[in-house]
Amino acid sequence: MRTIRFILQKEFIQIFRDKSMIPIIFVIPVVQLLILSFTATFEIKNTRLIIWDQSRTIDSRSLISKFDRSPFFSLEAYVETYEQGIEWLKKGKADQLLILDPSFATDLQMGEKGKVMLVTDAINGSAASLMNAYAMSILTDYNKQLLVAKYPLAKTAEPVELRSSHWYNPELDYKTYMVPGILVLLVTIIGMFLSGMNIVKEKELGTIEQINVTPIKKYQFMIGKLLPFWIIALFELAIGLVVARLVFGIPILGSVPLLFGVASVYLLVILGFGLLISTLTDTMQQAMFISWFFMVIFILLSGLFTPVESMPQWAQQLNLINPIAYFIRINRMIMLKGSAFGDFANTFYALVLYATSILTLAVWRYRKVS
Amino acid sequence: MNQVAVDMREIRKSYNGTRALNDISVHIHQGELFGFIGPDGAGKSTLFHILTTLLLPDAGTALVGGFDTVREYGKIRRIVGYMPGRFSLYQDLTVEENLKFFAGIFKTTIAENYHLIKDIYGQIEPFKNRRAGQLSGGMKQKLALSCALVHKPEILFLDEPTTGVDAVSRKEFWEMLQRLKAQGITIIVSTPYMDEAALCDRVALMQKGDFMAINTPEVIVANFGYRLFAVKSALMYPLPAALEAMPDTKAVYRFGDAVHYLNTHEDKSAEDIIRHLQVHGHNEVTVNQVNPTIEDCFMLLMKKEETADANT
Repeated sequence: MRTIRFILQKEFIQIFRDKSMIPIIFVIPVVQLLILSFTATFEIKNTRLIIWDQSRTIDSRSLISKFDRSPFFSLEAYVETYEQGIEWLKKGKADQLLILDPSFATDLQMGEKGKVMLVTDAINGSAASLMNAYAMSILTDYNKQLLVAKYPLAKTAEPVELRSSHWYNPELDYKTYMVPGILVLLVTIIGMFLSGMNIVKEKELGTIEQINVTPIKKYQFMIGKLLPFWIIALFELAIGLVVARLVFGIPILGSVPLLFGVASVYLLVILGFGLLISTLTDTMQQAMFISWFFMVIFILLSGLFTPVESMPQWAQQLNLINPIAYFIRINRMIMLKGSAFGDFANTFYALVLYATSILTLAVWRYRKVS
Repeated sequence: MNQVAVDMREIRKSYNGTRALNDISVHIHQGELFGFIGPDGAGKSTLFHILTTLLLPDAGTALVGGFDTVREYGKIRRIVGYMPGRFSLYQDLTVEENLKFFAGIFKTTIAENYHLIKDIYGQIEPFKNRRAGQLSGGMKQKLALSCALVHKPEILFLDEPTTGVDAVSRKEFWEMLQRLKAQGITIIVSTPYMDEAALCDRVALMQKGDFMAINTPEVIVANFGYRLFAVKSALMYPLPAALEAMPDTKAVYRFGDAVHYLNTHEDKSAEDIIRHLQVHGHNEVTVNQVNPTIEDCFMLLMKKEETADANT
């Protein structure tokens, strides 16, 4: 015990003596949380719309004004020819071109179909389909309005009526979905990089040689290396939760102690991962690149940015070894659904198993003798 | 007194097929100040790594303090102090924090063994709040020695402790070692500086993973077996080649500002050499018979090994 205390003392002195550590611990996570939460969103607001209105009638204008009032569209300009419109799209000055047929109003009055054409810049496929969906809903709305105006007595309602209600995130706020995930990301980055760099730094500086000729036990050394970052990362999570609550107003429905309980096991996995990388590499550069390699894959697979359900089967199976996916799932459940331990017990046990095996591997791989 | 501190038998180690240590054996007695002397690449550090349990030998056994380096490494780590060739303390910790840390992990305190390090640590104690990274080379070396000593080791391993240290600090350092030896600690040191060999009780001359000689420096010098001449001339550059041309030349090598010369014939005199050189156009030639040093012995032994290698 006393030996571990000496190692811990030394690690903490070293961590806090490093002038860049204070901003790394306090500033970086907050900045990350603020920037990522505001920017990592799938909502497309302000689609830049240009219009070629060949009809120029009250009817055409009322359709256009519906687009204009929508928060999803911003009307950039009216164009005079089709070519001019395409030119805007080509230059990337507009995202969508709405074309109204010259006979739009007369067709409507004659009871014919009014013709409207929508040209979308679809370089980003998912963004394009979202923009189309928004435009479609405006048009559907407009259609209904016309029908009601023209045939006030007709039954306009469809035989089947669908009413949807959005649970756990009633306003479909993207931040509510993202912030719990980004919190996970934040403690992961700090945990994995700090621990990943640590032992290898001692190797690079040669200090490990002196340590290896002492009676320090492997597990003592590993605990001394792991505990400081474990504490820092949990502290980090606390800062993150405060920011999430105060700045983003994210609800924390579940139990906070439960959340920290899961986080403390999860961090053992991440720190174990970092330490394992640290024992396998010889230079900080190698450790850095290997950490990044796993980090990027784990993050993209985790379902933080894209739903896991839409990934190919093999990628979903790869998530079995992805600790980030486990914790994001649990974190969202606790924070947004108020889930209790029983709701995710199996996922939690998987994390416990993961932590045990990776730490065993890391301690075993750390060699005092070469 | 004559108990064995290190008993090394037939130790062999290769790196990727290159032999670093060539089945070598040595006995080091308790309380001895023993030196491994040899140039860079002789295998000194590899040997130290094996004896300090950092490296496993390919073959052979080594006992340190009576414990096997492979099976009983835990016990060895408790009784040895090790100062690696490269400064291996924490540069971002202060002098005192480093010493406290190493005392702590050996379950002792600075106060407990202060008498042992007082002599050395006392010199850097005024700077105890300075970070180790900001110390001068000589001070770093004293701190490293203090840290290796703070747990009162029975055997002290010092890997090239004086490399890169100025002449005054080197001299001071050896005086410190003599005082430590007086306290009964076995000291095993490696160095590329031949002149330091004379300060050891016994030395092993190392070259390419082999011991060329193991003995007291006095005996090694006494066994030199040749008359040694220091030769100078107005034209120093072509001098070695001219000397090589003499019949029955044993060895020619530069030594300081002169060239050292050996002849296999006992009766070759200084006059013979002067005559030979004058024939070859050298003037202002001086030839003095000098006493061999460890370095001369080393050069001669190296020469012997080379000819032995060439013959096999």
